[in-house]
Formats: sequence, C-alpha cells, structure tokens
Amino acid sequence: MSHVIETLQLTKAYNAFKAVDNLTINVDRGEIFGLLGPNGAGKTTTVSMLCTILKPSSGTATVNGYDIVKESSKVRKSIGIVFQDPSIDDRLTGRENLLMHANLYSVPVSIQRERIAQILKLVELEDRADDLLRTYSGGMRRRLEIGRGLIHQPKVLFLDEPTVGLDPQTRDHIWRYIKDLKDANEVTVVLTTHYMDEADRLSDRIAIMDHGQIIVLDTPPNLKETLEGDRVVIKSNDNKTLKNLLTTWLGFTNQHLEKDTLEVTVPNGKTVMPRIVELANQNNLYIESIVLREPNLEDVFLHYTGGSIREDTTKELHGLSAIHRRAIR
Amino acid sequence: MTELRGIYTLWLREVKRFIRDRARVIISFIQPLLWLVVFAAGFGARIAIPGIDYQQFLFPGIIGQTLLFTAMFMGISVIWDKEFGFMKEILVAPISRFSIFIGKMLGDSTAALLQGIIVFIFGFLIGIPFNPLTLLVALPVMLLITFGLVSIGLIIASFIGSLENFGAIQTFINLPLFFLSGALFPTTGEGIPHWMQIASKLDPLAYGVDALRTVILGSNWTPNHPLYINIAIIAIFDLIMIAIGTWAFSRMKN
Repeated sequence: MSHVIETLQLTKAYNAFKAVDNLTINVDRGEIFGLLGPNGAGKTTTVSMLCTILKPSSGTATVNGYDIVKESSKVRKSIGIVFQDPSIDDRLTGRENLLMHANLYSVPVSIQRERIAQILKLVELEDRADDLLRTYSGGMRRRLEIGRGLIHQPKVLFLDEPTVGLDPQTRDHIWRYIKDLKDANEVTVVLTTHYMDEADRLSDRIAIMDHGQIIVLDTPPNLKETLEGDRVVIKSNDNKTLKNLLTTWLGFTNQHLEKDTLEVTVPNGKTVMPRIVELANQNNLYIESIVLREPNLEDVFLHYTGGSIREDTTKELHGLSAIHRRAIR
Repeated sequence: MTELRGIYTLWLREVKRFIRDRARVIISFIQPLLWLVVFAAGFGARIAIPGIDYQQFLFPGIIGQTLLFTAMFMGISVIWDKEFGFMKEILVAPISRFSIFIGKMLGDSTAALLQGIIVFIFGFLIGIPFNPLTLLVALPVMLLITFGLVSIGLIIASFIGSLENFGAIQTFINLPLFFLSGALFPTTGEGIPHWMQIASKLDPLAYGVDALRTVILGSNWTPNHPLYINIAIIAIFDLIMIAIGTWAFSRMKN
C-alpha cells in the first residue's frame, strides 16, 4: 500500500450545498500534500472527514488503510491533528498538555517521559515546558500544538492552516519545523492553506481546491509550468501607447495594464525583451525598467480558480486573460 | 485499558484546573459562612424544628446546596472547552464518548466533593454539634448525590454555546432544586402546601438532603424515607443522567 490516504468520490453535502463534491485523491506515503484554496473551498471539511470528525454524505476514504467511517477509532489512533483554531489547555503547563495527549492516545507509560522530552526539544520549548500555556506567545503555542500532534508517532499529520495569524518570522520558523519533522519522523503531512507561499515552500504536491472540487493536482514546478510563457513587466513613460504598439507590431495578445506597469506574457521572454526596447525607442518612448518574471503559484491559483468562475464555454486557452481581467477588477 | 486511562487523564485535568483556581476555593468558604451563621441566626430564631437546633437542621442542607451549586457550575468547563477549542482535542482522541463523559463527570464531581468537604470542616469549626467521623459515612452519600447533579450541568452545557446562556439556565435549575429540596425548611408535614409536597418528591436533591440528615444527625432526625430508599432513588437518578449525558456528548461535534 503506497497510498496513505485514498478517497473515492468523497462528498459532504449540507442540503443542496456541496462543501466537498466527489473528491477522489491519493496521498503518497512520506509526502507533504498541500490543499490550497480560498476560504470556503472545502479544505477544512475534507480534513474533518479524513480525521473522522465529520461523517461523509457519500463516498469513502481510507487513512492508513482504515475506513474513516467503519474504523474511525483506528484512524484516530494513527493520525495527528493540528486544528485551524487553537485547541490547547492554557491553564496547564506545556508538559502537562503533552502528557495528557500521550495518555489519551495510550503512549506506553514507560516511554512517554522520553518521548515528551524529545518533542519538547524538537519544538525548542524545553526551557518553557513547565510554564503555564497562558504565558506562551502565539507562535510558541502553535509549536507546542504541532509537537503534541506527533507524540503518539502518527503516520499522518494533518495541519489545518498552521500559520494563520502568525507574524512572518514565526511562520518561517514553523515552516522549517514542518520540513524537519517530515524528514525526521517519516510522517506524511496533509497541509491545508490559503497562503500560496506556504504551499509552494512546503508541499511535494499541491491540490488546488475550489467549490469543493480539486481543480488541479501537481507538483509546484509542474503547476508553474502549466502557465506557459514568461512574464515581462515593463515600466515606461506611456504604458498605454506601448501596449498598442506591441499589439500592432509584435502581435502580443496577452497584455494587461497594472497601476504603473505593463505586464506581457510571451513564450520566450529573453528574446522578446530586446525587441520591446527597440520598438519603444523607435517610437520615442522611454522605458524605465523591464523585468523578466517567472510565474508563481499565485498566477497558477488565479489561473485555475479564475477559470472556473467564468462560464465554461471558454477553456484553458483564455485562462490567462481571465487572470488579467480578474486582476484589473 | 485505553478507556480507563482516558478517564483518568480527563479526571486529573479537571481536578488540577479546580485546585489551581484559588479564588474559587476562597469564595467557597464565604457561602457556607453566610448560610450557616448569618441566615441560620436570623431564620432559625423564627422557625422551630422538633428535636434539633435550626443550625443543625440546616447544616446537611447546606452541604447539599454546595454540592448542587458547584456541580452545576462545573458544567461551565464544557463551555470553556468549546470556546477555547480544547474540546476538539478531546473529541478526536481515540476514546469513546462514554469515557469522555465519565472522565469529565468524575473530575467535576471530585471538585464538588472537595467543596462539600470544606463545608463539612467549616461546620465542625463553628461548633455545630455532630460527630466528625460521620464524614466517612457522609462522603459516599455526597459522591452519589454529586454524580447526578454534575451530569445535569454537563448535559445542559453540551447543548449550549455561550457562557451567558449557561448562567441564566443554571439559575433556573439551581434555585427550584434548592428550595424544594428541604435544605432550608421542611417540605413535608403539616401546613406545607400540597403542591410543594409533590414538587419536592420530584426533586432529586430532596432525597440527597434527607439521606445526608439521616447520616449526619443520626437518631435526632426522623427521615422522610429510609436511607436505603433514598440511596436507591439517587442511584437510579444517577444512572439515567449518565445515560443521557453519554448521548448528549455523542452528538457534540465541536
């Protein structure tokens, strides 16, 4: 069994509204699987079903080979969960919180002290272990929660929006932990997030989700590649005129005006850039800067979710112009 | 084994949280002081209980009242846990909802029992005449009373989302149960309106207070029911409450 998680047409419906709609995905052992989507896309509902908190309306799923409905207790034993919202007792100390978790998940008493010490070291909270949680900062609490999720050595760790509301430095810190944890513990991580950079930095594969469905699933580099072409970002003294010139003389169709830049999508940016400068010179336009930019996940995200919002007569081909229109709005 | 360990863990957590809340322990001395000293002095001067002093009569009643109020108050822990997200950690743990309910119920009962013991000691200190060794007999009775009362609090809290609502509902339950239990005045016998005699029969705490008086006051007290009847009724009430509580916790999603 190479798939740690398999879902088959997993659906959660609330009356007519389908929060998760016929979801079929496989998560491989040992990968970090990112579920990326806007708020309300169905990420948390999906995770809640996989964690056996919610019962699916239809469809099935297995986690570690256990059915999420029929063997929910076994599923629970083999997973660790870090919820979107804090779920820690702030009137107990860090160590007490970990000990309680170890007891609830029946970690053998003979090894629980050692295990807790390891975890505290891993999340760098050894010196604060015996302080009450209410004296911890937000980032420290989050670290303790992530550590807590690992105490019973789960096969799968679910992280639901692990860095929401944390400052950039702490986020960076936590990202590093997640990477290290995965490497050190041979654990599969399912990460939900609506931060592109988070999904990009951590995930081996990313599923982009919207309206309860997976829109696309691939590795971050491949996803970026699907947006063929480079972005050339130009700043000139008359972007509008330049745009018309580029359409007339070079036949560029994928252009859009930002606040004070003109963004052009072309198959090969490096060879096109000199031509743009040349054309501008001939027409007495002054180019202040011209930059070549590779597509990032944000482009991918807008590409796919933007595409799905529009009427389905126009497909992928016009996806990029859809981004542009959305961005202008 | 897993389940027992889960129950123990949840019990320990409740007890730790209770003991660490020093303000509440101090306040718990003030309530019995007001009832047993101030209220007993004024009210006792106008009411005559055959065979015993009013303060003596009131004392087991106030133990019952303390158990009731603390038990109901402890239900708030469920709402706190829901509010602060900790309930999720418990609900996804690989233990049954029955064990979760029992663990919390035992933890909160322990807290209520500790409050009851404080009143007991307090009564001894202010010189209410009773044999302090009766505490040993009274404890199991107190515990039995507490189980059912704590369960009421937990069940209500499991249905309610906000602290404000819980406070309001708590008062609605506490006061009728308290007044009809016979803790402050006899609810049977001559001159007591018929409706109150019936209402009192429906009050589980009435059997608890009667049992406590039997145990603490001994032959000075003429019980409404024999001790074994009281105990049997309380035990049945406990079992029903535990069954409802398990059901209430099973439907809790968050």
